Amino acid sequence: MLSGLTSSGVLDPQGPVAHSERLILIDSTAIMLAVVIPVILATIAFAWWFRAGNAKATYRPDWAYSGRLETIVWAIPALVVLFLGGIGWVSSHDLDPGKPLTDAQPGDAQSADVRPLEVQVVSLDWKWLFIYPDQGIAGVNRLVVPAGRPVHFRLTSATVMNSFFVPQLGSQIYTMAGMATQLNLQADKPGTYPGISAQFSGDGFSDMRFDVQAVAQADFDKWVDETKSGGHALDYAALMQNSKAVQPAAYNGVEPGLFEKILDIKTEGVEGQQNAPNAPVSPRGGGS
Amino acid sequence: MLGKLDWSAIPFDEPIPLVTAAVLAVVIAAVLGWITLKGYWPYLWRDWITSVDHKRIGVMYCALSLVMLIRGFSDAIMMRSQLALATGGAQGYLPPEHYNQIFSAHGTIMIFFVAMTFMVGLMNFVVPLQLGIRDVAFPTLNSVSLWLTASGVLLTNISLVIGEFARTGWLVYPPLSELKFSPGVGVDYYLWSIQISGVGTLLAGVNMVTTILKMRAPGMDLMRMPVFCWTSLASSLLIVAAFPILTATLAMLLLDRYLGFHFFTNEAGGNPMMFINLIWAWGHPEVYILILPAFGVFSEVIATFSGKPLFGYRSMVAATMVICVLSFMVWLHHFFTMGAGADVNAVFGVMSMIIAVPTGVKIFNWLFTLYGGRVRFSVPVLWSLAFMVTFAVGGMTGVLMAVPPADFVLHNSVFLIAHFHNVVIGGVLFGAFAGYNYWFPKAFGFRLDERLGKAAFWCWFIGFYVAFMPLYALGLMGMTRRLQHTDNPLWTPWLVVAGVGAVIIMAGIGFQILQLVVSIRNRDALRDLSGDPWNGRTLEWSTASPPPFYNYAVMPNVEGIDAYWGMKARAQEEKLTETVYEPIEIPNNSPTGFITAFFAVVMGFAAIWHIWWMVVVGLLGAFVTFIVFAWRKQDEYELPADELAQLEHDRAEVVA
Repeated sequence: MLSGLTSSGVLDPQGPVAHSERLILIDSTAIMLAVVIPVILATIAFAWWFRAGNAKATYRPDWAYSGRLETIVWAIPALVVLFLGGIGWVSSHDLDPGKPLTDAQPGDAQSADVRPLEVQVVSLDWKWLFIYPDQGIAGVNRLVVPAGRPVHFRLTSATVMNSFFVPQLGSQIYTMAGMATQLNLQADKPGTYPGISAQFSGDGFSDMRFDVQAVAQADFDKWVDETKSGGHALDYAALMQNSKAVQPAAYNGVEPGLFEKILDIKTEGVEGQQNAPNAPVSPRGGGS
Repeated sequence: MLGKLDWSAIPFDEPIPLVTAAVLAVVIAAVLGWITLKGYWPYLWRDWITSVDHKRIGVMYCALSLVMLIRGFSDAIMMRSQLALATGGAQGYLPPEHYNQIFSAHGTIMIFFVAMTFMVGLMNFVVPLQLGIRDVAFPTLNSVSLWLTASGVLLTNISLVIGEFARTGWLVYPPLSELKFSPGVGVDYYLWSIQISGVGTLLAGVNMVTTILKMRAPGMDLMRMPVFCWTSLASSLLIVAAFPILTATLAMLLLDRYLGFHFFTNEAGGNPMMFINLIWAWGHPEVYILILPAFGVFSEVIATFSGKPLFGYRSMVAATMVICVLSFMVWLHHFFTMGAGADVNAVFGVMSMIIAVPTGVKIFNWLFTLYGGRVRFSVPVLWSLAFMVTFAVGGMTGVLMAVPPADFVLHNSVFLIAHFHNVVIGGVLFGAFAGYNYWFPKAFGFRLDERLGKAAFWCWFIGFYVAFMPLYALGLMGMTRRLQHTDNPLWTPWLVVAGVGAVIIMAGIGFQILQLVVSIRNRDALRDLSGDPWNGRTLEWSTASPPPFYNYAVMPNVEGIDAYWGMKARAQEEKLTETVYEPIEIPNNSPTGFITAFFAVVMGFAAIWHIWWMVVVGLLGAFVTFIVFAWRKQDEYELPADELAQLEHDRAEVVA
């Protein structure tokens, strides 16, 4: 039973982001336990020693103030928070989901296997659509990525809100209609890592699961070629219909600019504005 | 004629709500029949339903809350058993469209109608007594607040049989809660229930703030108030500041759903994230609205049963007010994962941690209150000690999630569920139960059975850990919240253990019901004639149990913190007999609250089902009730001095 705890999920990280986050989790807990455990023990000890029947305990019926103790009482939690606040501040910046994992930017002149892989994620009712814009292919409920190479995600929703979450790879992020969020993750080793939606989205929510298959770069290239040469192209209109527990699938073609088109949801229903230039709103502030 | 309402609204295909409703109908009919047979209606109407006495209203709030605890717990045990069964490909016995209503109703009921209602009830009962005054500032308004809360409760429960409840979670996040994705009446039931009871809560907050700031006994300076009054003040200030945000936010969602507005829709320039910001701008203060009165209860209980004044009174007051202010500055930590950027996340993360400082100070001060005391392990103390231990853990996991990158992997997982149950059960509910056992003898003149109280305590305490510690583990293993079924074999044993925990808690609730029944039956043996069964320190213990309707025959004169302790030390009680009585103004009973609430239910129900003529009837009825009340000729009567003297004399005879 306990082995499952450390051999899956957040405590079994499989990428640099998840590794750092587990470290923060453990460090922060350890720092707080240094105060919490003594407090719990003192509660039990004080209550027991000063029980009404204990003749050996000294009764101090009027002891209600001690300036020195008051100072300590405010100082202990303040110091803990000062320490944790530092961790929080630094780690928020280091592990910002939008921050690239390498210094390389998408589009830089670099070898293809160091440049982050671009993946666009769209949550639908009730499945995940993954678009590979550079490869011109797409998949549903299965995400194939090269191991050891950063992946840069842009995410949105075509319907209600969801949260894209692969516990063993680290940070989750919301998918919101009309907005594009960004996320950078990486799988270190080949393997299959379960993904899930972390934001309730309606009746088919429980089956909004997907697998992340991390494979060697060569295998990834082979998978892209195979996908391109077989099967059929993505029929987005059909996929948009509500469906539950959808089996994983791959598509050899996808309409160019589909992600941007989905992002443009904000102007739907506004008469005369369909053609107005409309930069998608990013909750990060600027454009995306 | 009946809007959207027709026979399809009754869930004939769902046996669970149908059977529940049938059983409830039988129980309610039996109770009503019993009241009729015994001829209790005039008594109920005169002494309870139309009562504007803060003590009666407080008791009714608490009773309502305890009944709703059973409803909310039924939802809980259904969820836990569903998840224990629906693993490895099994679908369990609750399909998603039913399961989703259950977790939404569970959250809504537990927060608004159990935790909130109980705390408002305790404040109502205790604060005027502790301040040494005879009633709250606006007694009839107080009754309106109670009955509007009851209206919300009724509407929520009607949804069990007629129509459906929201399937969106307890905070109805758009766009899921918009008409496009939730075309049914479920979200409307939620919205109207919360709007109506929310008005009641806001009025209760206004009433309490006014009472505490303007109506204290002579000598009761702010810095002499019992800490429970301070935490009630802080909590009420938060209600006054935060509930209008809730009402406005839900009103915008209503406009979206009823009149085609686009505040929070995906299309036409709406922004769902605005709702999420606004709802948490209310929602985070809300958790402190709940926990602060509980902190007050623990402060009273620990001091009383240690036989010592509260350690660091001024620190406690300062910590309370610091929490009150800071609670408005942390709302964004509920959605670090929306991608707001590193600076925003870091600022809100650090702010959230800072709130832990005053909370930590409180824990230390309770610790030093125990130090040097003579601790009597009565039921309220057990709840308080269990709180200190449990809350330390829950607070820690909360601060952990205030570190944004930690939240990135814990957000919306069942780790989060474990955390907030850790603080809401371990904090608010334990506080409610401590307060219930502590002030019950004050309210009814007899104590609750200790043995059964302890049995209930141990079941709750152990049950809580068995039910929720597995959720921490499951969250770390990657299980997210609100799943209707799972298929990870590693999760199954943990889910089964959590289900066992819920059964242990059920035993605890069983013992609580038994405790109440047995205590009522043995009330003569448990009777407390002194009015001060615990050797109390604050003013409420200086009057009779139950207190007379005028609370104090003579206004107490307060000369320090722990006013009654001081009086006992100076043996002032004897002097009371020589006192000259003066006439007292007593507010008249009023059915205004009950009638207003009746029309509010009519209006809410009609709005949910789009029965527009009935909406007009409800609104008009409520308005006419208000007019009639506003033009009343007489709102109070005078209790003459000699009658008061006679009443006090009779009471002295009984005690002697």
